[in-house]
Parts: sequence; structure tokens; C-alpha cells
Amino acid sequence: MAGSAPPHRPQALLLATGLLAFAAGLVVASFAGFRDFLPELLRGARVTVTVALGGAVVAVAAALTAGLLRLYGPRPLRWLATAYIETFRGTSALVQLFWLFFVLPHFGITLGPMAVGITALGLNIGAYGAEVVRGAIGAVPRGQWEAARALNLSQAQTLRRIVLPQALVAMIPPWGNFLIELLKATSLVSLITLADLSFKAQQINQNTLRTAEVFGLVLLMYLALSTLITLGMRALERRAARGLRRGRAA
Amino acid sequence: MTPIWDGDYAREILPILAEASLITVQATLMGFALALVLGLLFAAGRLYGPPGLRLAFGAVVEFIRSTPLLIQIFFLYYVMPDFGLTLDALPTGVLALGLHYGAYCAEVYRAGLDNVPKGQWEASIALNLSPWNTFRRIILPQAIPPVVPALGNYLVALFKETPLLSVIAVLELMQTAKILGSESFQYTEPITLVGLFFLAFSLVSAALIQRLERHLNRRPGRQRTP
Repeated sequence: MAGSAPPHRPQALLLATGLLAFAAGLVVASFAGFRDFLPELLRGARVTVTVALGGAVVAVAAALTAGLLRLYGPRPLRWLATAYIETFRGTSALVQLFWLFFVLPHFGITLGPMAVGITALGLNIGAYGAEVVRGAIGAVPRGQWEAARALNLSQAQTLRRIVLPQALVAMIPPWGNFLIELLKATSLVSLITLADLSFKAQQINQNTLRTAEVFGLVLLMYLALSTLITLGMRALERRAARGLRRGRAA
Repeated sequence: MTPIWDGDYAREILPILAEASLITVQATLMGFALALVLGLLFAAGRLYGPPGLRLAFGAVVEFIRSTPLLIQIFFLYYVMPDFGLTLDALPTGVLALGLHYGAYCAEVYRAGLDNVPKGQWEASIALNLSPWNTFRRIILPQAIPPVVPALGNYLVALFKETPLLSVIAVLELMQTAKILGSESFQYTEPITLVGLFFLAFSLVSAALIQRLERHLNRRPGRQRTP
């Protein structure tokens, strides 16, 4: 994973990006009458945020399940987890979305567009996340397992109380990147008729033909949401690191 | 009730999808070539440019990385004509893919360039090499091989995003599958075949990247003594 994880984003740059976004926002806002379509866009943004939050829950659950099964599951379940990870990492998110939307009803399972969006994107990001879960658990020093054994903890207890809490802290930075990927991927749900930010942008563009303003504003809204995720995850990272230090000192 | 998998129909559409896959591969290769060039440009600007330029390049890269490719495609496709630049759907798509993944590749290049010891620059000054010659002949050959696997991962990632070009009606795999599905009302076969195509390509390219990585590590003269 170390090779493919995007490098750490420095703080100064974040500030510069924010300033740039603010300046660009002023430029976009200075076009007269952008208020006309702002409420519609905000309604779309709510759908985007809903899909992103739902997708995040599915992604974390899928990643933990698949990652743990691949490490400790009985053989058939281990194969199943590997098959899931390889399939969802190996095909395109849009193909997965369309497959769940168009093909699944054929098998008698009909989900609404919102459920399809949350499931498909969550499973997609979860497959990438599973590899991070595996890596983070592997990175917990062996001595922790050995010490827990000396203290007569069972394997399950060691995993749950000793290893996982430490691994979860190590997972926070890569998950920040995954959540941004997830947010960006939510734009795909506009293609399965869900009225998210991207969908509204296309709709307003067709009605008003004020292309540069509409898409410019939407790009900035996505940037604002991404920045929010980055800042949130960084705060979480700091908190977790503090907790870990306290735990180690005690 | 139609059967779950219609083999005859699948065989019938396979040649059509195979033809469309050529467009997908074409968009992938051209987009990635553009991304490699733009990425190096972004990275070099961000590392060696004057302070103002550095910040600007950094902000552009962060902006591109933080916003969805879908909207970027729309933006380029619908807004460029306002500035008198009208491109066909495929070139627009390639440009969008190249810009988006250029921003990702820039971070990879930056890691590679950062890892070349400073002494290499100083030694080159002592040997009277110009900065350009130093960069091209001394720094780049050391910076690129370690990051080839990471770049390869982005090639696969870019390939998997080409279905997005269907939104501006590029006749690549996904768009062709959707048209086939809407003609016959059978979506199962086209979409599943497209999925299998992507899976096969991804697995093969992952294996190739691994081999390339081994090959690069084996080349003589690559190992730097610590």
C-alpha cells in the first residue's frame, strides 16, 4: 500500500487551496444572479453528503469484515473475501454501479437508486480499504501478540482489545484519502437518476446554459467538502495519537 | 421470462464490445501519456519553480485531486467552447483524464525527485553541468525507476475511470454496452461482459507491473550504496 497511498498533504498548501477556493468563489459569486440556482445546488449537495456518509459506513464495515476474514477467516471465507476484494478493485466503479442498478433486478433484487449508490460505492471503497486493514494489522509489532499471550489472553481477545485499537489509529490517514475518493465517486450516482450535486449541475446547465458558473460553483462545493474531510480526519488523527500516547505511558 | 444468462446474445455482442474496447484502450494510453508529461511538469514546477509558481502549482494539483473527474469532464466539454476551443468528445475526455491523473502522478514524481540525494545536484554543479542537463541526465534517471510501480497503479486506476467518458458520448465500452442494452432490453450480458473485460485487463496489468518492478530492481548500476 505504501507505494500507492497519496503522500501527506502539508498544512500550508491546504490553506493556500482554501484561499484559492475562496477567491474563485468570489469570482463565481460576482456573476450576477447565481442565487437563482444556489438553493437547487444545495439540495443536491444534501443528497451527495447522504450518499457519502452512507457509503462511508458501508465501506468501513466491508473493509473491516473482508480484511479480518482474509487474515483470520476459515479457508472458504478467506477465498470469498479475496474474491470480493479483487473483483471490486479490478473493475470500474461505474460498471459496479450499473451492474447493481440494471442487472440485480434481473435476479429478483430491486434496490432504489439511493440504496444502489450507497452499496456500490461503499463496497468499491471497502475493497481498497480491506487491504489497508490487513496492512495496519500486520504492522502491529509481534511483541504485542506475544505479550498478550503471556498475559493469558485468547487470540480473539488480543485482536479485539490489543491489536485492533492500535491498528485503527494507523488506518486513519489512508482512510482520509479513501473518504475523499468516496466523495468524488458519489458524482457517479447522478448517472443512475439520483438527484445529487452533479445531477443538479447538469440539470441547471441545461436550463440556464450558464455553464462556466454552474460547473465552476459545483467544483468549488466539492472542494469545500473534500477540505472538510481532510480537516476532520486530521483532527481525528491528532486525538487518536494523543490517546495512544496516553495508553502507552500508562 | 428470459433466462438469466443468454449465451447466444452474449456471443452476438462480443465482437461489438471488442471493437469498443479499442477506444477504451486508446483513451487509456493517450490519457496516461498526457498524465505522465503533465505530472512531471506539475512536480517540477512545484519543486523547482519560483515561490509564487510553486504555490500556484500546488493549489492546482490539490484542486484537481479534490474534485470529481465527472464534473471536470463536463467542465472541459461544455466550457472550453465558450473560450473558442472546441474539441471532439474523445480528445476532451483524454485531456480530462490526463489532467486528473497528471495531478496524481505529480505527487508520485515529487516523492521520487525528493528521494534523490541533494549531493547529486551539488556534484553536477562541480562537474559544470547545466541545471537542465543535471535534471534530465542525473536526477530523472534516478528518480523514476523507484516510482514506476506507483505510476503503474495509476495507469490501472485511469483505465478503470474511462467508462466516465460515456457521459460525453465517447463510444467506449460502457457507452456501447448501454446502447446495446437499451436496444435489446438485456442489460445483464453487456454490463457483465464489460465488467469481466475490466477485471481481466486489471489483473493482467497488475502482473505486468510486478514484473516490470522486478526488472527495474535488477538492472545493474541502479543500486545506490547507502
